[in-house]
Amino acid sequence: MQIEPSLYTVKAVFILDNDGNRLLSKYYDTELYPSMKEQKNFEKNVFNKTHKADTDEIAFVEGMTIVYKCSIDLFFYVVGSAQENELMLMAVLNCLFESLGQILRKNVERRCLLDNMDGVFLVVDEIIDGGVILESDPQQVIQKVNYRADENPLSEQSVAQVRSYTRTHTPSNVTLHV
Amino acid sequence: MIKKFDKKDEESGSGSNPFQHLEKSAVLQEARIFNETPINPRRCLHILTKIIYLLNQGEHFGTMEATEAFFAMTRLFQSNDQTLRRMCYLTIKEMANISEDVIIVTSSLTKDMTGKEDVYRGPAIRALCRITDTTMLQAIERYMKQAIVDKVPSVSSSALVSSLHMVKMSYDVVKRWVNEAQEAASSDNIMVQYHALGLLYHLRKNDRLAVSKMLNKFTKSGLKSPFAYCMLIRIASKLLEETEAGHDSPLFDFIESCLRNKHEMVVYEAASAIVHMPNCTARELAPAVSVLQLFCSSPKAALRYAAVRTLNKVAMKHPSAVTACNLDLENLITDSNRSIATLAITTLLKTGSESSVDRLMKQISSFVSEISDEFKVVVVQAISALCQKYPRKHSVMMNFLSNMLRDDGGFEYKRAIVDCIISIIEENPESKETGLAHLCEFIEDCEHTVLATKILHLLGKEGPRTPSPSKYIRFIFNRVVLESEAVRAAAVSALAKFGAQNDDLLPSVLVLMQRCMMDSDDEVRDRATFYMNVLQQKQKALNAAYIFNGLSVSVPGLEKSLHQYTLEPTEKPFDMKSVPLANTPITEQKTEFAPVATSKLPEKPGPTRQDIYQEQLAAIPEFQGLGSLFKTSEAVQLTEAETEYVVRCVKHTFARHMVFQFDCTNTLNDQLLQKVMVQMEPSEAYEVLHYVPAANLPYSQPGSCYSLVRLPEDDPTAVSCTFSCTLKYLVKDCDPNTGEPDDDGYDDEYVLEDLEVTVADHIQKVLKPNFAAAWDEVGGDFEKEETFALASVRTLDEAVGNIISFLGMQPCERSDKVPENKNSHILFLAGGCLQGNTNRSGTRLVSLMAHVLSNLLNVDHGNTELLLSFMENSFLFLEISK
Repeated sequence: MQIEPSLYTVKAVFILDNDGNRLLSKYYDTELYPSMKEQKNFEKNVFNKTHKADTDEIAFVEGMTIVYKCSIDLFFYVVGSAQENELMLMAVLNCLFESLGQILRKNVERRCLLDNMDGVFLVVDEIIDGGVILESDPQQVIQKVNYRADENPLSEQSVAQVRSYTRTHTPSNVTLHV
Repeated sequence: MIKKFDKKDEESGSGSNPFQHLEKSAVLQEARIFNETPINPRRCLHILTKIIYLLNQGEHFGTMEATEAFFAMTRLFQSNDQTLRRMCYLTIKEMANISEDVIIVTSSLTKDMTGKEDVYRGPAIRALCRITDTTMLQAIERYMKQAIVDKVPSVSSSALVSSLHMVKMSYDVVKRWVNEAQEAASSDNIMVQYHALGLLYHLRKNDRLAVSKMLNKFTKSGLKSPFAYCMLIRIASKLLEETEAGHDSPLFDFIESCLRNKHEMVVYEAASAIVHMPNCTARELAPAVSVLQLFCSSPKAALRYAAVRTLNKVAMKHPSAVTACNLDLENLITDSNRSIATLAITTLLKTGSESSVDRLMKQISSFVSEISDEFKVVVVQAISALCQKYPRKHSVMMNFLSNMLRDDGGFEYKRAIVDCIISIIEENPESKETGLAHLCEFIEDCEHTVLATKILHLLGKEGPRTPSPSKYIRFIFNRVVLESEAVRAAAVSALAKFGAQNDDLLPSVLVLMQRCMMDSDDEVRDRATFYMNVLQQKQKALNAAYIFNGLSVSVPGLEKSLHQYTLEPTEKPFDMKSVPLANTPITEQKTEFAPVATSKLPEKPGPTRQDIYQEQLAAIPEFQGLGSLFKTSEAVQLTEAETEYVVRCVKHTFARHMVFQFDCTNTLNDQLLQKVMVQMEPSEAYEVLHYVPAANLPYSQPGSCYSLVRLPEDDPTAVSCTFSCTLKYLVKDCDPNTGEPDDDGYDDEYVLEDLEVTVADHIQKVLKPNFAAAWDEVGGDFEKEETFALASVRTLDEAVGNIISFLGMQPCERSDKVPENKNSHILFLAGGCLQGNTNRSGTRLVSLMAHVLSNLLNVDHGNTELLLSFMENSFLFLEISK
């Protein structure tokens, strides 16, 4: 079977932590897994088949070609159809990984990724648009996103965290002034 | 304070996740600060991130709350913080389908898209196109055209990709941007090139000439982007396939030249394209195979995987072309990536020699437990193919398969193994007993009802014919005791077959049947009672009709006939003969590698092709009252493939009539055809009763017209007939772009090739699983013997093939396979001829066949003899000798 010429190369992209929880995921082919339940099942299935063999970088799950990469406690996945050129998918994965490596200053691990989630969303948006590879050069991606990671962790953000934390964890009769 | 927070993090175990305890309502509450002045970019940014994160986790936002948050967000366009603005674009895209009135941001986005800040322009275009519909697209068309040819690559790329997304929705508008896309294609930026090419192809893909011109241009100009090259290769190979151009075409040369590209991605794409081309010779494959061979030793796992997967495909069709890579493939068996190792082994299994089989099987068993079910199925398929190639190795394989059957695995995997064992049993009679023994052991502990019933059916079919049938009884009866209703019922049917075929077992079977008659399930009890009574009669004919060869009618057909019967109150009993016969399933092609989501396919078999046609024909008023559809032929081409009008014909046979369905396609985009029909001139006593024309036949939309013909009733031998056919129609010229036709038209006609009606159109295939029993059932009254000489055939294989295709009957008991080095062969054919019409069956068919065969098989100077025995209306027993 010949593959239909099309720019729609990427079926899905997702980032999972080392328990298989979704941190970010985008499905570009709406027919592939239309419901959230199916998506999460698929992610779980992919995770179970890949997290032990973390140096393998390519697998075939549920009729899809999956290329992946692991870094400390993160797993990055790019999904394409069974007929797709594996190297094209690999180019996307590498671009994603290197771009994130740069904006996270090489700390490609869960905590750091979550602290800079806005940057991560923007990077994915610059690399793939609706399944089409928009950019594959990490330098270009960095330049377009123009994002700088937080250098000072003591910030508005942490305060907000404490707030939401205290809101859910302090007894209601205690008021906390931050 | 911070310290305390961190401590809590460590305790929580799952690491820290700032989004862990997010609640939608709290986040939406926080979003109120969007309205504060001055805007605090940092906090707003963080809240937008939270919203997007929640959406990404699958949190459901109601329309009201989403709209509220969306409107609050629009205020953030006042801030000039870059990241914040970019996050606004993302929020717009994410919320486009959830929130109402998203078009409110159109003007802000249009401003950003045409503004001075280049960082904003690309993303703004993409966000804008996401919320734009066809009517609004006209308003921004001017900006889109400018953006496509913008000198900033990110702007141009964004505009091109967004245009591509909008082709689905507003093809007519986007089509007007072809010239801009053309200009963008000559950009220096590699991504712009790629996107422009993709858009251009998408806009032109229905116009083969334009695609061909475009290819010509780009293959000469030399693109820089490897992605664009891959795209070009795909377009070129698609065009090659469609035009069926030979491999001396410049397109093929282009693909081959890409094998020397400096990017691995392009080289692999080209190799893969060549491998997938139909009718590639070994010489044309060689350069592709040798680059794939190089990739096999690449340090990149993805490249090794791609290479070995493609080589696996080559090995299916041209195993000899891959033998050169055997050494490289053997090195991959120990690859740390199990997917690569599995593919390497299955490829080797296809290309390797008989002597290497044992060694490979040993290697597979060392890691088969570590690979995913999908790949296990691939391994089983490879083994299955190997069994066909080296039948002598069946004992090794059988052992291996039985071990796999004992391991854990899902349904698909087990089914593949069971199918493989069954096919080995069918191919090698000497492996039958071991195979059945393994399957018996498997059903002792099998959780899949479908497989258990399938195996029980097989046991019933094959078991009684083995030297010691009694040993299977225990396994079967155990099922009756232990399993669910469906399995119990299947077990009862299997038992009955043993009783019917083996007289010495009959008393014991009857005792067991007696017990089954106490079963708690209706179906099991009914079957047991029925079989009990049939078996007690001890009559061969009854056994054959009711136990060995069950119903041969099509199940949907039966359903329909019964429904029809209940609608019309009548005294007459229901006539089984009015039900169309079941089409024997065409033996499936062995599935290639790519177990593409097989598990997703519905288990239930859909209606057959004939059932679908029956439905379609029944909807046409002219064809009511023809009775049920007896047989539908394969489509016959009445034109060459590359003509102005493409016509193919499907022949439907009814009891006294035939309906010819002409599927026509108009390939001229400047013509609209109306009142299309095919006029038919019969050579024999056939009478054309009625034509049903197709009202309209616009460009490239297939339409059907029909002819109704009455079969001659007086002359029983006049089955075959030749019709000369002419396509008649009214032509209206029309505008190729809009499809708007002129008012006036003129009549025209087009001569088609002749259409033949042959004896095969009057015979329906019927599969009789137990031919001998069916033969005995009929009795010898209708038997007729004649001897023919086969003149034109040279081998037995050829003779068998010709006879089957000419008579259109079903070969039974695998008798269509001629063993090697034999001088004579017996072919069992079964078929039914038109039913519900007595003078068209019985002896009539006998004389008919004699007549047909004497025409077909020229009696003079043949060196192959054919001995025919005719039986009643449906069987044929042929002994062919050389």
